[in-house]
Amino acid sequence: MKSFTYERPGTPAEAAAAVSRTPNAKFIAGGTNLLDLMKLQIETPTHLVDVNGLGLDTIEPTPEGGLRVGALVRNTDLAADARVRRDYAVLSRALLAGASGQLRNKATTAGNLLQRTRCPYFYDTAQACNKRQPGSGCSALDGVSRQLAVIGASETCIATHPGDMAVAMRVLDATVETIDAKGTARAIPIAAFHRLAGDRPEVDTTLKPGELITAVTLPKPLGGAHIYRKVRDRASYAYALVSVAAVVQADGSGRVAFGGVAHKPWRVEAAEAEMTRGAKAVTARAFDGAKPTRDNAYKLKLAERTLGAALTEARA
Amino acid sequence: MAGTAACAAMTAMPGTSRAENAGTDQPVLARVSFTMNGQRRDLELDTRTSLLDAAREHLHLTGSKKGCDHGQCGACTMIVDGRRINACLTLAVMHQGAEITTIEGLGQPENLHPMQAAFIKHDGYQCGYCTPGQICSGVAVLAEIKAGIPSHVTADLNAPMQVTDAEIRERMSGNICRCGAYSNIVEAMTEVAGNLTTRGPA
Repeated sequence: MKSFTYERPGTPAEAAAAVSRTPNAKFIAGGTNLLDLMKLQIETPTHLVDVNGLGLDTIEPTPEGGLRVGALVRNTDLAADARVRRDYAVLSRALLAGASGQLRNKATTAGNLLQRTRCPYFYDTAQACNKRQPGSGCSALDGVSRQLAVIGASETCIATHPGDMAVAMRVLDATVETIDAKGTARAIPIAAFHRLAGDRPEVDTTLKPGELITAVTLPKPLGGAHIYRKVRDRASYAYALVSVAAVVQADGSGRVAFGGVAHKPWRVEAAEAEMTRGAKAVTARAFDGAKPTRDNAYKLKLAERTLGAALTEARA
Repeated sequence: MAGTAACAAMTAMPGTSRAENAGTDQPVLARVSFTMNGQRRDLELDTRTSLLDAAREHLHLTGSKKGCDHGQCGACTMIVDGRRINACLTLAVMHQGAEITTIEGLGQPENLHPMQAAFIKHDGYQCGYCTPGQICSGVAVLAEIKAGIPSHVTADLNAPMQVTDAEIRERMSGNICRCGAYSNIVEAMTEVAGNLTTRGPA
């Protein structure tokens, strides 16, 4: 790990200003992803701005009937919140399907949105990776790609967003609230928060340099059955090969987003018109234009079957 | 949350921080104070020092083990402000004012914690390397169930939590045991949970 200076600012705006004015600075919250990457020198910040003391750790009702989740609310606390369990169960389920108990106790709402890909070629510094080192190439394209993206990928990167929480946030149409160094607040719809790799795979989100997430807002509850179904190589503590976040109403209509398949949580609203016709019809539209590799073509069938199981569970 | 961490910046102290070392292999120093196993500790550390390395290398509390050093194995598990965490994936300087318990603070050879005694009784280990993390995690898992925190295998998110084999196995998945003592660990935890129940509500 490379050396760094460290500070704890007093307010969110001070934190944003500190990262903006210091070259190569980063925010640190739970640190469970950043410190891992720093040990491998994949991330090499020279200044860390610790946002843990900023008080952004409460969950409050909004005037619209939703919830405003502070950026520093730990995954454990968000999953266990009685209102989230009752009204946004898909979010509780997604959080509980991720990581381990120890990690969920540290990991934060904002940090989870910002976690970086787990593509093995991103982690292996001996391999070419456009996300880790722009312009170096992508060893994954001709490599072992069974875990990687099947849709929305580019010629430069086939990494996936690895998270579970963000898939549920996407199906709930959450909004990411931020503040910048000047103290200006901004609200970013979750659909516009994560980027596709395109020709800038090193950029995961639409956040500007120094912009700090302060909260994630959930709209008023959708009702319906909330399902998060995750398929992985072992029963616990593993990343999704495919996951499905679904909110299904009594008449069979609903919403669905997929994890483990793209550079961002994958939701195609037009495909949701097919919900009452079943999983095959939905996935045919949601994955229209998919370009799987030989190794990960199985994910298309797996997505259909996982959604099928989720719809069956919703009817139960 | 990191205890009383809302205080003003504790950055770097001019003269001793060596801020010019940032980005190199040379250390930048910072001070931190926390309580570990009931004892206040004041340290001046390389900012890169993990909480695990602070305990093992600076405070010579070597019960917590370094397995993978990447949050994958759980051998470093400590209980910080009442919650179990991977001490390898957090910086010591981020724990100003924190209350930290390691395996040495849970119990001692002449005064075993019930979970330690149950691990011995049920043979919850072979080589013992993962055991301090397993025990810290096991104690915290029972507390989490008691606090009503759900898990991936909890059938009804809104019903009271139960201590079942499935719950224990899911919640302990962040603690790897290469010797494969898992079933005995489940037995040890089940016994402690039973004992807690018969003692009545705290």
